[in-house]
Amino acid sequence: MLDGLVIENLTRPGLHPTSIRVGKGKCVAVSGPSGSGKSLFLRAVADLDPNNGQISLNGESRAMMSAPEWRKKAAYLQPESAWWHDKVGAHFINLAAAKTLAEAFGLKEEIFDWTTSRLSTGERQRLSLAMVLASRPPLLLLDEPTSALDAEHTNAVELELQKQVDGGSIILIATHDRAQIHRMASVALTFCSGKSTMEEL
Amino acid sequence: MITETIFLTYTDLAIAASLLLVNAILSLCFGLGLEKRLFFATARMIAQFALIGLVLVWLFNNVSLLFTGLAALIMIIFAGRESVARQDRRFVGWWGLGIGVSSMSLAGILVTIFALAQIRPDPWYHPQYAIPLLGLILGNAMNGVSLGLNNLTNGAAREKLAIETRLSLGQSREEALRPIVREALRTAMLPIINSMAAAGIVFLPGMMTGQILAGVDPEEAVKYQLLIMFMVGGGTAFGSLFAILGGARLLSDSRHRLRLDRLQTLKSD
Repeated sequence: MLDGLVIENLTRPGLHPTSIRVGKGKCVAVSGPSGSGKSLFLRAVADLDPNNGQISLNGESRAMMSAPEWRKKAAYLQPESAWWHDKVGAHFINLAAAKTLAEAFGLKEEIFDWTTSRLSTGERQRLSLAMVLASRPPLLLLDEPTSALDAEHTNAVELELQKQVDGGSIILIATHDRAQIHRMASVALTFCSGKSTMEEL
Repeated sequence: MITETIFLTYTDLAIAASLLLVNAILSLCFGLGLEKRLFFATARMIAQFALIGLVLVWLFNNVSLLFTGLAALIMIIFAGRESVARQDRRFVGWWGLGIGVSSMSLAGILVTIFALAQIRPDPWYHPQYAIPLLGLILGNAMNGVSLGLNNLTNGAAREKLAIETRLSLGQSREEALRPIVREALRTAMLPIINSMAAAGIVFLPGMMTGQILAGVDPEEAVKYQLLIMFMVGGGTAFGSLFAILGGARLLSDSRHRLRLDRLQTLKSD
């Protein structure tokens, strides 16, 4: 039984075979210039695009479970937020957990009664993150989760993410922010034209 | 109270066709650029009708299951092709045609046989009944399938972000695609529901008008028209349901991914 995340020879068009091992409670910064394969990699891990390779999380193989089961464990946050109900609150299955998170992110509780068209870009981003974090998935695949946030709210989000890491979750976070990488990550996975290199920070 | 059928002469038709000439002149005056298309569409229609007239006469004189079946097959394939021909985003490869033809077959064959069981012609495959019925059902189902599929594929492309966000949260492809499937089904069924609601008040359907003009007792014409409307509604529902659910399957895969790569890019791009 292997604890943590084991990725072996993950490939897809635009991505060279990638193999990494990440222990429980670690945060990996996925970095590199735009178009270098960061999102392709995160989407392949979440199985959102056709890909090859073996992945296991805490001893459980991705291939042995259905895709929805896997994505409940390996939760991917898209770089852009999307809404499909009129009311904000309707998007949340675990509303109580989401409200706690929203409060930690500096959002008022009544925001859940709003219509989605009222939300600002920053509010959208924090709410989307709350949607993903509410079920406490053991693996978080975050694609630029703080790109639209000011320093204060970025800090609030990072604090919450750190809490999840301390609780044993693994985070792969794609970001352009050098300072954020140094604040959060212990390992950096750097992409350049679909090839990646890994280094301890 | 059955009146004699008044036979039309070709001069009568030529006078009626002059109405289109007025349209062509208008198009020329206002520079709409429609005259060429109008001319070719009219010429194509005349040729197709003349040809089908000859084919029907021949079929009626040679009543056989084989020939009726062959004619039906050609109609189904053509309807299948037409139903996916003018889509904004077509499925790549043979999938588009496959969906079109199979939904047309389902709607056409099932409903025509059902209709023939009510009318009970002798023999049951007599082309006088089977071919026009099949044509009516295919024509309407074709519209439904075409509108529905177009709506589905455009919806998938438009809602990519929302669909993939839902998939990322661990929802199944059925759940994630439900809103666009529902919208596509509504779009497919709306024209037929509209025409059922307005039939008899706003307009008399073409077939009923034709029967009455041809001297059939209006009461009989109404009964036939009701039968046809039920068949057409049923055919459109079957065909669209099959095409849209099939399309939704094709737009996703067994690992619950959204597969927009199975669609061609927008034609205007």
